[in-house]
Amino acid sequence: MVTTTPETTGRRAGASAADAHRGFRPRSRHGRRWTRTTAGVVVALVFLAPYLVMLIGSVKRHAEILRIPPTYLPTEWIPSNYLTMWSTPEAPLPYNLASTLIISLCGTVLVLAVALPAAYYTAKHPFPGRAVFLLLVLATQMLQPTVLAPGLFRQFLALGIDDTWLAMILVNAAFNLSFAVWIMHSFFAGLPKEIDEAALVDGASKLQTLRHVTLPLVWPGIVTAIIFTFIACWNEFAASLVILTTAENQPLSVAITKFVGQYDSAWHYVFAVSIVSIVPVVILFALVEKRLVAGLTAGAVK
Amino acid sequence: MSEQNTQVQLPPGRSAPPARRELVRALPWLLPALTLILTIVLFPAAYMVWTSSRDVSQAGVDRGSAGLDNFVALLNFPALGRVFTNTIIWVVGVVLVTLLISLALAQLLNQAFPGRRLVRLAVIVPWAASVVMTSTVFYYALDPFYGVFNQFLVDLGILDAGFGFTRRPVPAFVVSMVVAVFVSLPFTTYTILAGLQTVPDDIVEAARMDGAGPGRIYRRIVLPILRPAIAVAVLINIINVFNSLPILRTMTGSIPGYDADTTTTLIFKYVQQDRQVDLASALSVVNFLIVLAVIGIYLAALRPMRDE
Repeated sequence: MVTTTPETTGRRAGASAADAHRGFRPRSRHGRRWTRTTAGVVVALVFLAPYLVMLIGSVKRHAEILRIPPTYLPTEWIPSNYLTMWSTPEAPLPYNLASTLIISLCGTVLVLAVALPAAYYTAKHPFPGRAVFLLLVLATQMLQPTVLAPGLFRQFLALGIDDTWLAMILVNAAFNLSFAVWIMHSFFAGLPKEIDEAALVDGASKLQTLRHVTLPLVWPGIVTAIIFTFIACWNEFAASLVILTTAENQPLSVAITKFVGQYDSAWHYVFAVSIVSIVPVVILFALVEKRLVAGLTAGAVK
Repeated sequence: MSEQNTQVQLPPGRSAPPARRELVRALPWLLPALTLILTIVLFPAAYMVWTSSRDVSQAGVDRGSAGLDNFVALLNFPALGRVFTNTIIWVVGVVLVTLLISLALAQLLNQAFPGRRLVRLAVIVPWAASVVMTSTVFYYALDPFYGVFNQFLVDLGILDAGFGFTRRPVPAFVVSMVVAVFVSLPFTTYTILAGLQTVPDDIVEAARMDGAGPGRIYRRIVLPILRPAIAVAVLINIINVFNSLPILRTMTGSIPGYDADTTTTLIFKYVQQDRQVDLASALSVVNFLIVLAVIGIYLAALRPMRDE
């Protein structure tokens, strides 16, 4: 039984009129839906395949994951990999998880604190130099940490904050700033002027208007910016690789590379750590999936 | 535009403030962002340009001016031609293939069918996942001996025995490009999907009534409307793919030599293996000029932003 929402029914009614015009029978339309579902299943499988390999590999025994030829499913399931991985000689994972969390959370808060006022003001108040400022923000999108890594490395060394969380929080904030400003700017700019004006006329102060009227309205844009920033910080790799040299300070993305050796690789741990790192982010993404299309329309397409 | 705005903001009877006062009023709102950009983006960029003209020892000691010696050393680097060719193949190939697949994928995900939401969620996963982790699982699964993907190809009868995809530069570079396309697809597809929402149903319907086939409707109506979405997706992909380190580092990092390197991975080899920050800085400067040139050529040749 095919589930139909009112929206699709409406569209189908219109479409079947057109189909009738071109000589289609309703049955072929029904068949096409199932062709699409089949295509969808294939697409989903292709996109999930590497992560299924990860999930299955994470519960294999070390000897089995290196077995030749490989097994598709574990002959023996070892979920305890998820417990033993926290204390291995290769990487101090509890510290790495803490690093990832602290860098990502602080980086996101900093981006929000810095980008929100800039996005609001540039969207609502024209001033001389506004275009220059927005161009400058866009230019940072081109200068990514991978290009600047040698310069950043030397700078933090000179300042004495190389190999610290602070350095990585600043780097993550600076390089995610442009996307956050960009998305929030377009949400602010999309608000009708009349809303602000009405509140001001009613005697609200500028800050009151911002807090009680404007911010709630652009909240979807802010959430989109927060989640994007958080995920980018969470997965950052290149700058951490160069700037963080102490194993305890490194994030999970760098830590997992320690399990891959030239002669022996602890793949089961690589995959268990990957799953622990990926699942929360996928859940975060799933929460905004519906808003993602709207957010990108506002941020990217307009 | 500014006249219009001052009318709105100021009580009647006061004249518009001079430009300088408007700028001063704007500064507190912009200062935090400006500070961050200046100290963490522009200063290191300038510092890097400076370093590229210095002679820096492996311990990090500045031994004085080097003039253009670092750039000369780069030009004399025997593998440079190969690295540049690789970089061009990498960027153009990955961005183009990503775009073509994404256009088809977005078309599918824009149709109504049972289970669409789940398929959309599945497509998001490589975007959410760390690129290092995704590359690592591909590297493992493509191992000629214990790799699951290799075994799968053998079981399907496509291969007679496991193939060393990640053991030699050319196949390793090609599978890295496949991984790069894989991780670029979600963002590109979603941006095009967002663009598809702006295609008015009634226009498509009218064209269909007039007897236009689906191919013609797509080329004449949908694609022109998608132009800005495609422009943004391609621009961001060019920047990201050009600067991509983790995929090649994971998939080809254990191969000796520079046959599977792009300029970006070479910078990291200079910094990490050889500790040659001065040479790395020079290459970074060249790298950035190349990004600018590629973007410039893209914008000039295709005019993706022009209004129809």
